[in-house]
Amino acid sequence: MSSWLALLRPGDWLVILGSALLVGLSLPTFWQGGMADKAIIRQEGKVFAEVDLRNKRQLVVAGPLGMTQIQIEPGRARVLSDPGPRQYCVKQGWLMRPGEIAICAPNRVSLQIAGRTKVYDSLSY
Amino acid sequence: MTHSVIELRVTAEDRRVAWLATAAVGLSLVDAAIPSPLPGIKPGLANIITLIVLLRYGWGTAVWVSGLRILAASLLLGYFLAPGFFLSLAGASLSLLTLGLARHLPARWFGPVSLSILAAFAHIGGQLLLARVWLIPHDGVFLLTPLFAAAALVFGTLNGLIAAKLLADSALPPAHV
Repeated sequence: MSSWLALLRPGDWLVILGSALLVGLSLPTFWQGGMADKAIIRQEGKVFAEVDLRNKRQLVVAGPLGMTQIQIEPGRARVLSDPGPRQYCVKQGWLMRPGEIAICAPNRVSLQIAGRTKVYDSLSY
Repeated sequence: MTHSVIELRVTAEDRRVAWLATAAVGLSLVDAAIPSPLPGIKPGLANIITLIVLLRYGWGTAVWVSGLRILAASLLLGYFLAPGFFLSLAGASLSLLTLGLARHLPARWFGPVSLSILAAFAHIGGQLLLARVWLIPHDGVFLLTPLFAAAALVFGTLNGLIAAKLLADSALPPAHV
């Protein structure tokens, strides 16, 4: 081990430390870059509400089956309850990255997170 | 009918480049055999050869060895002219340019490990930029940056250490390969 360490010159340590710092800095830069800004709630495919993800808030959206409850918190949002039979959108839990979407298909309500930049599900060309 | 003989003069330098490129291709194959958690994250063992060549024979030879290695490895692994080939090329070009500059750093302070890490970062930089411009024209590719950067740091350090060790060992085959 010490024979390997002997191969490192003083500047090498500097470069290793600098790079480690760079890696550390790259985490918040690239993984929060498009931070969740707002939630788009759709009902029957039409935008029902666009809510800033800044304050705590609760919304109730009416659909053909009943009421879907949406909960908004700073930086995240979720479907709190939904009358749908399989509860997929509720089980998805908190959505916090731009582009994430929870769709309560039976009740025709969807909750999508949007950031500063538009995020695509997929691209084909 | 005239017979013309085309004679290819093979210099010692040519042989050396060929041998070193062969070793690098071998390491590329080992690289490809190592399972990777994410496409694009590889140890890049062939860069050990590039580093040794750079420090022993100079930048020009390193460019030759690197270029031949990418060409031969892509033919052997079947990705010649596929996107992976161009990503490889972009990464290698940028890291060779970086090495060309970085080798002028004072050797007393900066050893093979520094060169290796800088080259590794240039490598992922080149690949990400090409991927962004050409393959996935969306900023989403940069989400992978922290992973690639961490891999560059880890593998850059390890490869640099191995290269430093090999350079320091007297057991290394003599310069006139």
